[in-house]
Amino acid sequence: MNKPRKAVALISGGLDSMLATKTIIEQGVHVEGINFYTGFCVEGHTHAIRSKDQAKPKRNNALWVAEQLGIKLHIIDVVEEYKNVLLKPKHGYGAHLNPCLDCKIFMVKKAKQWMEENQFDFIITGEVIGQRPKSQRKVTMPIIAEQSGADDRLLRPMCAKNLPMTLPEREGWVNRELLHNFTGRSRKPQFELAQQYGIKDYAQPAGGCCFLTNEHYSAKLADLWRSRGKREYELDDIMLLKVGRHLRPQSHFKLIIGRDEGECNFLEGYRSQFVHLRPTSHQGPLMLIDGEPGAEDIHLAAQVLARYSAAEADQVTVEVNSIDGVSWPLQIKPMLAEQIPQEWYV
Amino acid sequence: MSHHQLDARRLLCPMPVIKVQQKVKELVDGDILEVICTDPGVLHDIPAWCRVHGHMLMSSEREEKEIKLLLRVKK
Repeated sequence: MNKPRKAVALISGGLDSMLATKTIIEQGVHVEGINFYTGFCVEGHTHAIRSKDQAKPKRNNALWVAEQLGIKLHIIDVVEEYKNVLLKPKHGYGAHLNPCLDCKIFMVKKAKQWMEENQFDFIITGEVIGQRPKSQRKVTMPIIAEQSGADDRLLRPMCAKNLPMTLPEREGWVNRELLHNFTGRSRKPQFELAQQYGIKDYAQPAGGCCFLTNEHYSAKLADLWRSRGKREYELDDIMLLKVGRHLRPQSHFKLIIGRDEGECNFLEGYRSQFVHLRPTSHQGPLMLIDGEPGAEDIHLAAQVLARYSAAEADQVTVEVNSIDGVSWPLQIKPMLAEQIPQEWYV
Repeated sequence: MSHHQLDARRLLCPMPVIKVQQKVKELVDGDILEVICTDPGVLHDIPAWCRVHGHMLMSSEREEKEIKLLLRVKK
């Protein structure tokens, strides 16, 4: 009797990896999913922060996909290891600070490690030739297989018929004839396959699943590195870039202002690490100051905060709180909107 | 069978799920894990994680800004 084969699937939470996994499950292979948390994932937590998103379902799409497919999902924290991918991408960046090709190589490499540790036989991804301009091209497919070390244990069920045979196909673990030949950016074949499998609900994340493909987010990250004079980050840094308005009046300090109650609640958790300001005479948001502000800088920050609190008021009382727990009030006239230079907005 | 606690306050999803996953690896069949969180996303994600891995979610309670989930490990 043939040994039952096992595959680990990279599950992003989107439709392609869902269909790729379903295709292999249908062939009788035992599949478990793996999902990597880099810290830049749009998935999940971002929706939990902003008040305007509170009404949206807070499901983790990768977990949801796993549940729909009836497979286990292993979510792996790769925040520390991912720094090397982002800071030193061998293949460079895409349109913004997205190191998509290096990222894919890294994830397949991690999946290979998991596969070996757990005695699985091969790896599957939802990649489609031509779907992504940086990482999903015919020329990048062998690069990912080779540089990840997965080689021919990496199977892409969605476009396998357009690629050389892999080990699982040669060994008869999967039937190549039942795999697909999708190419290009059209989503029509995927929608048709979803219908064929009876899959009606799936995530279609607007703007992709990674913050690094976002122009505004990448600009904030580049500003962070510029202001610090070095390219490095911690998880809290990249989390804070997802939240609030960011204004940099001068290179040595930046203002982070909550845009709604959800964001202010989130920023509350960082009070002990930053000089922070809040209006006390009027309703208004919480502001963190990132950097080392002097007295004049704090005065300026309070004027900006007052503008986001009670722009029409003559005077606003702002409470300033230092990192060592000392608080003092400032009576401030709000800055006018037109007095805030556009170039301050990061 | 023993009772264990996990503090996942201030962590945003999927970190609480990752912490639960790591903790459960150390536990044995029948152990009870009590998880305290602040991200409301856990009300969906931890039960979903339990379902796909076959663990039993015994209860989930929300008190002001804290959420307490109780799960029984199945191995």
